[in-house]
Amino acid sequence: MKILVCISHVPDTTSKINFTDGDTKFDTNGVQFVINPNDEFGLTRAMWFKEKQGASVHVATVGGPETEPTLRKALAIGADEAIRVNTPATDGYSVAKQLAGVVKDGGYDLVIGGRESIDYNGGMVPGMMAKLIGANFINTCIGLEIEGNQATVVREIDGGKENLEASLPLVIGGQKGLVQESDLRIPNMRGIMQARSKPLHVIEPVDVAAETQAIRFEKPAPRGTVKLVDNVDDLINLLHNEAKVI
Amino acid sequence: MSVLVYTESEGGKFKKIAHEVVAYGHGIAEMMGTTVTAIAINGGDASELGTYGASKVLEVKNGDLEKFSAEGYADVVAQAAKAEGSSVVILTSSANSKFMAPLVAINLEAGYVPNVTQLPESTSPLKVKHNVFTNKAFSVTEFMTEVKVIGLGKNTYGVKENPTSATAESFSPSVDTGGVKILSVDKATDKVTIADAEIVVSGGRGLKGPENWGMIEDLAETLGAAIACSKPVSDMGWRPHSEHVGQTGKPVAANLYIAIGISGAIQHLAGINGSKVKVVINNDPEAPFFKAADYGIVGDAFEVVPQFTQKLKEFKAQNA
Ligand SMILES: Cc1cc2nc3c(=O)[nH]c(=O)nc-3n(C[C@H](O)[C@H](O)[C@H](O)COP(=O)(O)OP(=O)(O)OC[C@H]3O[C@@H](n4cnc5c(N)ncnc54)[C@H](O)[C@@H]3O)c2cc1C
Ligand SMILES: Nc1ncnc2c1ncn2[C@@H]1O[C@H](COP(=O)(O)O)[C@@H](O)[C@H]1O
Repeated sequence: MKILVCISHVPDTTSKINFTDGDTKFDTNGVQFVINPNDEFGLTRAMWFKEKQGASVHVATVGGPETEPTLRKALAIGADEAIRVNTPATDGYSVAKQLAGVVKDGGYDLVIGGRESIDYNGGMVPGMMAKLIGANFINTCIGLEIEGNQATVVREIDGGKENLEASLPLVIGGQKGLVQESDLRIPNMRGIMQARSKPLHVIEPVDVAAETQAIRFEKPAPRGTVKLVDNVDDLINLLHNEAKVI
Repeated sequence: MSVLVYTESEGGKFKKIAHEVVAYGHGIAEMMGTTVTAIAINGGDASELGTYGASKVLEVKNGDLEKFSAEGYADVVAQAAKAEGSSVVILTSSANSKFMAPLVAINLEAGYVPNVTQLPESTSPLKVKHNVFTNKAFSVTEFMTEVKVIGLGKNTYGVKENPTSATAESFSPSVDTGGVKILSVDKATDKVTIADAEIVVSGGRGLKGPENWGMIEDLAETLGAAIACSKPVSDMGWRPHSEHVGQTGKPVAANLYIAIGISGAIQHLAGINGSKVKVVINNDPEAPFFKAADYGIVGDAFEVVPQFTQKLKEFKAQNA
């Protein structure tokens, strides 16, 4: 089984979000980048398929050279090979289109992406990619087993979960639950050393026109200060008469 | 021509987000000088959507669509958009809408922007404002495609009435639910979900242990609220993972979010910033959450929460 894990290179969850160039660009100054948390759960699940079922695991990202440390980290965690499509990630559609090309060329059986990236929160790349290549697609996956050509999947729905079945090729949008937090792996020295000599292929992008374009960023207006009360009667009164939420 | 909105229902009844998305669609349709058509798959009473501004309701009644199928539903919505010649298609931010929207977009060769928070800045070109960086910022994004798919963030526009007489029309698309098969669904039907709730009561590590959640449950029940928790609480197994909210958990876009014994770490706040009114109960006046809240009580949760529940019961009895 050939697995591709799509990795989005995103600002660490503690990052302060600022913009430059007249609020048209994300300010990467002093920002630490990491593997998108949803993708890390997927990558860790892929390691299980590698170790228990002999799958080969590749990782891919669409982005400039600055994303390579993130790919190397994925290799250090245990992926066999990495692919970087050498173009900045613009909109979700163009990323999906680039990845669809990678999936077709590589003949992957299973493609693992994340439910959403924590930067642009599009929640669209895996679904669009699946539709572009004509593969089955399941989002918000919290459980995944593969037996031969058949996948059984648990999907989180509003207020519960759903058990599903689909044949490969399959694309999933994964999240925590695919593995637990405690299953995540911190790369060890040996992994980091090995990662240096694993293949990281840089491939040129296909031609694609973006469908949407961010023209300006804004930060939420600073909020008024909190109103502190010292008893629950005042709180109920404010929630009822001022905030009008109860 | 018309603006097409996908209206979600459950058990043959429209959900509240269906009302909100119709109202929002009506707002865009007015800006564009057109009308709203709703597409309802095994939905409720069409006239109900008229209340919020739908002029036409395409009713699909089909047994093969009894269970949700992203592929099948996306295909039906795309067929409706084509039949109506709609250049704007609007979905919501429910798990199912977010699952199917990218498929609708590819089907219609349309751009897609999710988590939209308000009416467009302009309709030609279409520019919308939406949440990015997990609620830490907004982006104003322009569509460059002929057809546009918008995902409306929950509780952002609000349910507004625009009384219109809605004509129901039966719509019979070709149905293909694709290769994904649902084997079974586990869903508690008696509980309010975080996604649907108007009010969410959330507990953190300050509550010390799972045995102390009784008072949280009482408060939630009194308010008709859903229960949520911070990440460490679900990591330690005090509460199920499905209740974990924040940047790496579920987003909460409620009218009222009550945080009890939660410090207010940046990753927690990122997920709940979409909520309108935030209340914090914490015994540490320095807890960062106070900087992000509207109302707060500095106090011991074990004293404040039972009092709060008791007084709320009295308040409810008086205002019933
Ligand atoms: C990559 C990453 C992703 C993360 N994602 C998330 C996420 O999605 N969601 C999330 O919640 N966290 C997330 N976190 C964790 C986050 O950084 C915090 O550690 C977490 O939110 C803290 O949870 P807490 O507030 O319940 O606990 P604590 O920080 O321990 O706070 C407990 C609070 O309870 C108060 N308290 C104690 N006793 C009482 C009492 N008797 N009465 C009233 N108050 C009391 C204390 O003053 C304190 O403020 C993430 C972290 C990382 C690194
Ligand atoms: N630039 C990218 N390169 C590779 N994969 C990506 C990229 N952007 C998004 N993805 C994948 O798509 C998922 C959802 O991203 P998004 O649609 O941006 O929310 C991520 O979790 C990744 O798995």
